[in-house]
Amino acid sequence: MSNSPQSDTVSIALTGAGGAGVVTAGQMLLEAAATAGLYGLMARSSGPQIRGGESAAFVRMGPRTVTNLADAFDIHIAFDWLNVERFAAEIPLDPHSVVICDPSAGAVPEVIENSGARIVPVPLKDLTKEIPGGRVNMVGLGALANLIGLPEGTMASTLKKILRRKGEEALKASNAGVQAGRQAVAEMGVVRALTLPDKPPQTERWSITGNEAAGMGAVRGGVRFVAAYPITPATEVLEWLAPNLEKIGGLLVQAEDELASINMAIGGSFGGVPSLTATSGPGLALMMESIGLALTSETPVVVVDVMRGGPSTGIPTKSEQSDLNIALYGLHGDAPHIVTAANSVADCLFTTQWTVHLAEAMQTVGLVLSDQSLGQTRTIVDRPADEPFQAQRLVAEAPLENYRRYAVTDSGVSPMAIPGTPGGEYVADGLEHSPIGRPSSQTEDHMAQLDKRLRKILLHEYGDHWAEITGADAPETVIVTFGSSTGPVREAAEEATAWGLKVKVVSLRLLMPAQTTKFEEAIAGADRLLVVEQTHSRQFYRYLRAYYDLPRDVRVLNRPGPLPIRPGEVLSMLKEWS
Amino acid sequence: MDGAQTDEKLTAKQYKSDYRPVWCPGCGDFSVLSAITKAMAELQLKREDTAVISGIGCSSRIPAYTSVYGFHGVHGRALALATGVKLARPELTVIVTGGDGDGFSIGGNHFLHACRRNVDLTYVVMDNQVYGMTKGQASPTTASEWEGSKLTPHGTGVNPFQPLAVALAAGANFIGRQFSGDPNACAKLIAEAIQHPGFSFVQILSPCVTFRPEQREWKQTVHTAPVEPTSDPGRAGKRLMSDDGLNMGVLYVGGRPVFQPPEGTGATLADIEQKFTL
Ligand SMILES: Cc1ncc(C[n+]2csc(CCOP(=O)(O)OP(=O)(O)O)c2C)c(N)n1
Ligand code: SF4
Repeated sequence: MSNSPQSDTVSIALTGAGGAGVVTAGQMLLEAAATAGLYGLMARSSGPQIRGGESAAFVRMGPRTVTNLADAFDIHIAFDWLNVERFAAEIPLDPHSVVICDPSAGAVPEVIENSGARIVPVPLKDLTKEIPGGRVNMVGLGALANLIGLPEGTMASTLKKILRRKGEEALKASNAGVQAGRQAVAEMGVVRALTLPDKPPQTERWSITGNEAAGMGAVRGGVRFVAAYPITPATEVLEWLAPNLEKIGGLLVQAEDELASINMAIGGSFGGVPSLTATSGPGLALMMESIGLALTSETPVVVVDVMRGGPSTGIPTKSEQSDLNIALYGLHGDAPHIVTAANSVADCLFTTQWTVHLAEAMQTVGLVLSDQSLGQTRTIVDRPADEPFQAQRLVAEAPLENYRRYAVTDSGVSPMAIPGTPGGEYVADGLEHSPIGRPSSQTEDHMAQLDKRLRKILLHEYGDHWAEITGADAPETVIVTFGSSTGPVREAAEEATAWGLKVKVVSLRLLMPAQTTKFEEAIAGADRLLVVEQTHSRQFYRYLRAYYDLPRDVRVLNRPGPLPIRPGEVLSMLKEWS
Repeated sequence: MDGAQTDEKLTAKQYKSDYRPVWCPGCGDFSVLSAITKAMAELQLKREDTAVISGIGCSSRIPAYTSVYGFHGVHGRALALATGVKLARPELTVIVTGGDGDGFSIGGNHFLHACRRNVDLTYVVMDNQVYGMTKGQASPTTASEWEGSKLTPHGTGVNPFQPLAVALAAGANFIGRQFSGDPNACAKLIAEAIQHPGFSFVQILSPCVTFRPEQREWKQTVHTAPVEPTSDPGRAGKRLMSDDGLNMGVLYVGGRPVFQPPEGTGATLADIEQKFTL
């Protein structure tokens, strides 16, 4: 895509066996790019082994925010060929690509050969042997730095920063490795130059993963109690929260399972402390009954679901958007609740923070959808702005007389008494109840409480945050998407615009309650609608059909994980259609 | 309930709500409710600072019959819910109530981990060796040869669960047993359990007169444990493993440190954000 708006980015894949240190090298590369004033991201993919085994790091760098992987990699460095066929589909190469590989690793696999990429053997291992304490990933890093024109000073200062705790020896060995790598490919010159800014951006930039961002969004929103049960790929949300909550006077407790973690979070919230848990598909399935309890007892709670391939244990380490159905429809009974989706790594922060605010304001359940490709991707971004969304619960203050916890109000929200408040003593209940909270099986109570729980989420004013809309004002085609598919869709739309097509992108952040009127305004005038999602059964398309009026001409680009949607696929669909 | 706060002592009755229990006449749970409210009066717990948490079952209905804060959650998860309440609000007195099915079957895993975790909770299980609410099926504590349920017409053929021995092995810090037929003794035991730091487990034999009418005989068969409470887990273990299930009293009083959330460092959000800044 030489004439594309994103052609100023450089994409690199690093693969190798566990010991090769590809993730470390990828991280250093990203950090060095950041030091040079660039933005970028690093996604990772790993095999099924717990430790060791093959892994891959995918780095993309450029002068503006990078939200997704490109169509093809400019450079693939293979430290060895261990199980590379497992990754081959995730590493699209083309005749413009360069593959750096170690001749000692044996013959180049057919899948790589067939891509037409230029294959350049570099004796990475042999070069490493000559360096006392040398590591092969540093030699590879040096080669990459040279091939993309990363200034020597930038690399050196990055190494110094990252390795400052490892001691002089380690730093010396790493620098020597990088030098050896640079020299080994010096003759090739720069094959794919980074677009370096004259001076680094003046804005404060962060290095953050989606899972860390979700954690940070939670605490910005006011969450101070978290219950946790580890599960890939959500664990890092919890691992980030544990020490950081502690620092600010909050608490994370490790539960015995997800049945416990959701209930602990509900208990914490009943106690008046904004509470959250994070999980992935299997854990979400276990939590469902109790999520219904939170909703019915009107005890606010937020669950972050970092999606992975499903169903069942599925593909724990890889991304998919297929928990959409369970998030929307997984509760028994008529159970209106809030479902949001983060549309980028950085947006995991805002969306989580906003969802905490929504759940607390409406005393209901907020389910945040993220996924592996957002959660475990590290990105260099401008510091996410401070947003005013905080947990602000409508509480019942003493003195209270004849307190009615579930009073039927116009807004649907009733003041909640927090333990410690005299006169507010009530029993939160998952049994249907009367306005004072007594169990009731009567039609009127059921009707009134069902209406109330629905009303509060329908009447809430969600503002502009329900979706992120980009592109043409009077579009011919609207692309509707959500979550991690947003990045590639936006890139394709930008390209299409450069081609002269009129395209608008509507990325839904608020999936439930459906914002029907706003949606229909957003797509007004467009004859064509393209739906893009990473599911096998077109879950998102079916959801759109159920809740919104769509134009007659609708096409769907869908695919299950683990392969991400690529901008080029979206672009070709747009081109075909015009 | 009368909301006005006075300096006068609250009576047991004032810890009851005016809501009429759904229980069958003669159900042991009536006495347990009385015992719990007596214990509250004995300790003069502030109603607004007390929470009773339960799951689902006849016995789990108790929160609504008290005048303190309460949470009637889902089946089997009361201990997890209560753990969240107590950790988020350590100054509250948190009492967990429920049945043997709720606590040892569907909630069995939480029972083990609540004992281990040793959060300062008091867990009162009304054990009637049956699922009352769902009309009479065998529970984990039902004798293996009991043929009273259509679900297991030949008996369960499965060894009954030993809640006290399991609680001890899992690390509970206080273990006692009483019979609902002696509400004063129950109240005393519950009050002691509330005062004991850490996770306290109280089993109350509470007859289900509807599905296990033979349990009325407990009145004759229960007996005060012929031993002093011990703080030696070895001795307590021996005692509990050879126990006839009808020994009443405090059977173990441990001194394990209570689960303590860490102290904050006074950091601000800006401090923790710093780590992300390039
Ligand atoms: C998830 C779930 N499964 C099953 C039930 C049905 N159920 C309600 S109470 C109960 C057993 C209650 O027995 P126990 O805890 O011993 O209390 P009891 O009624 O005897 O006091 C069951 C199985 C339920 N409410 N929820
Ligand atoms: S069914 Fe048994 S446990 Fe339930 S209320 Fe009746 S007597 Fe009590």
